[in-house]
Amino acid sequence: MIHFDKVTKIYPDSSTALDDVSFSIEPKEFVSIVGHSGAGKTTLLKMLMAEEEPTSGKVFFGSTNIHKVKKGELNMLRRRMGAIFQDFRLLSKKNVFENIAFAMEAAGRPQSEIESDVPHVLELVDLSKKIWNFPHQLSGGEKQRVAIARAIVTQPDIIIADEPTGNLDPMNTYEIVQILKKINDLGTTIILTTHNKGVIDSLKRRVITMENGKIIRDDKEGKYNL
Amino acid sequence: MLQSGFVNFWRNGTISLSAVLMMIVALFVISSVLFVGALLTSSLNQIKDKVDINIYFVTSAPESDILALQKNLQAMPEVKSVDYVSSDQALQNFKDRHINDQLTIQALAELNQNPLGAVLNVKAKEPSQYEGIASFLQDNNLISKNGAPIVESVNYAKNKVAIDRLTTIISSGQKLGFAITILLVLISILITFNTIRLVIYMSREEISVMKLVGASNMHVRGPFVVTGFMYGAVSALITIIILYPIMFYMRGFTSAFAGVDLLQYYLRHFGEIFVLLVCSGVLIGGISSYLAVKRYLKV
Repeated sequence: MIHFDKVTKIYPDSSTALDDVSFSIEPKEFVSIVGHSGAGKTTLLKMLMAEEEPTSGKVFFGSTNIHKVKKGELNMLRRRMGAIFQDFRLLSKKNVFENIAFAMEAAGRPQSEIESDVPHVLELVDLSKKIWNFPHQLSGGEKQRVAIARAIVTQPDIIIADEPTGNLDPMNTYEIVQILKKINDLGTTIILTTHNKGVIDSLKRRVITMENGKIIRDDKEGKYNL
Repeated sequence: MLQSGFVNFWRNGTISLSAVLMMIVALFVISSVLFVGALLTSSLNQIKDKVDINIYFVTSAPESDILALQKNLQAMPEVKSVDYVSSDQALQNFKDRHINDQLTIQALAELNQNPLGAVLNVKAKEPSQYEGIASFLQDNNLISKNGAPIVESVNYAKNKVAIDRLTTIISSGQKLGFAITILLVLISILITFNTIRLVIYMSREEISVMKLVGASNMHVRGPFVVTGFMYGAVSALITIIILYPIMFYMRGFTSAFAGVDLLQYYLRHFGEIFVLLVCSGVLIGGISSYLAVKRYLKV
């Protein structure tokens, strides 16, 4: 479903973020990417979202080369991916309902569908009571659950989660991971980057370990090993 | 899109307020340019109106010849008006002017006949056209049918220096006014553009999130442009309201100075001013937003 083909990324300051990286992800997989800060995890995900262009190599989503699609098609492609970030990246001037509705509006869904789906997905992340709150009125864990709701509401093929638990306490971390697991069980592919040993060890899923822009391990049922 | 534009405007209270205030300043500059232009035009017109050429006729000139000349002059395209003052009327005017000057009146009474000839007062449409009229008068030999000259003097030569100077002043005044207008309008547009750019700079994170969620450029941009329209419309309305008391306060000063009652001018041209301010506000706001969002769409 996703294929990195000899991808190298060298930033303008000539630091190498990715060095000849190749791997594939199958549908319905739950893949964790671990590594120290600066190992290239975030760059890898940015490649996938087409936020960054590779210096060389190709990234495929299905049979589509992500960096060769036109502007309009890129929007369509991104609607098939749900992104979750460490810093949540909610729209601060919109309330919870509007934040989630925005992703659906962007995807061109009709108002009636938005009105029925948003409460439904908030139920899934257990935030129905906070539907009219603004982001600044929510705790970190709640914000991240809104972000997850936003990511899944358009029923994407894949969820890309960049250190989603990085700013959260152990309790919230556990909850977020449980939600991601549930989404994966419902059939959505998930790519997760994290520093958290406990998260990786409890997941017992595929783990890709990176160091200095290279993949040094790729284990089917891996543990946090750095 | 409309709705979220309105909601943006309302929720970003202080930011909207500052953008609106900046735009009021800009629109104010635009409208003062308008009023200063009106003042300038009317005072220039007043000055222009005071310039004319007088053709003094000899006392023996037959009235029919004078009226014929008046007709000829009126037929010239550069002539605005030709007033005929008959010699009787000239005498009456003279008497009126010297009503308190007994000596002059007495001296006039000593004469048995009217010493004053008829006069034609010629006004051109533009001060620069007097030269042409004067040369027309020179070229046409102004002689009556019986061969005697009818014109005693034309005072163009005497006024020439003053008229020439005035012509230069008026035309350079208009050029300068035009240049200043363009400059001020440009500056105010730039100020507004920069303010809106700052407002949108603060939203750059949000714009990138919208793009990552898969929103099309139009979907991201729409609400910002609507908000820009609203900045323009709201500031135009406030500017129009503020202008009224200012015009009221200025009216005495401007009617004494330039002969224009600004309040009257404002009320008479209210429709045009309203349309001008609202349109320029909405256009500047909308276009600024459109351009300012552009640079953050490249995610």
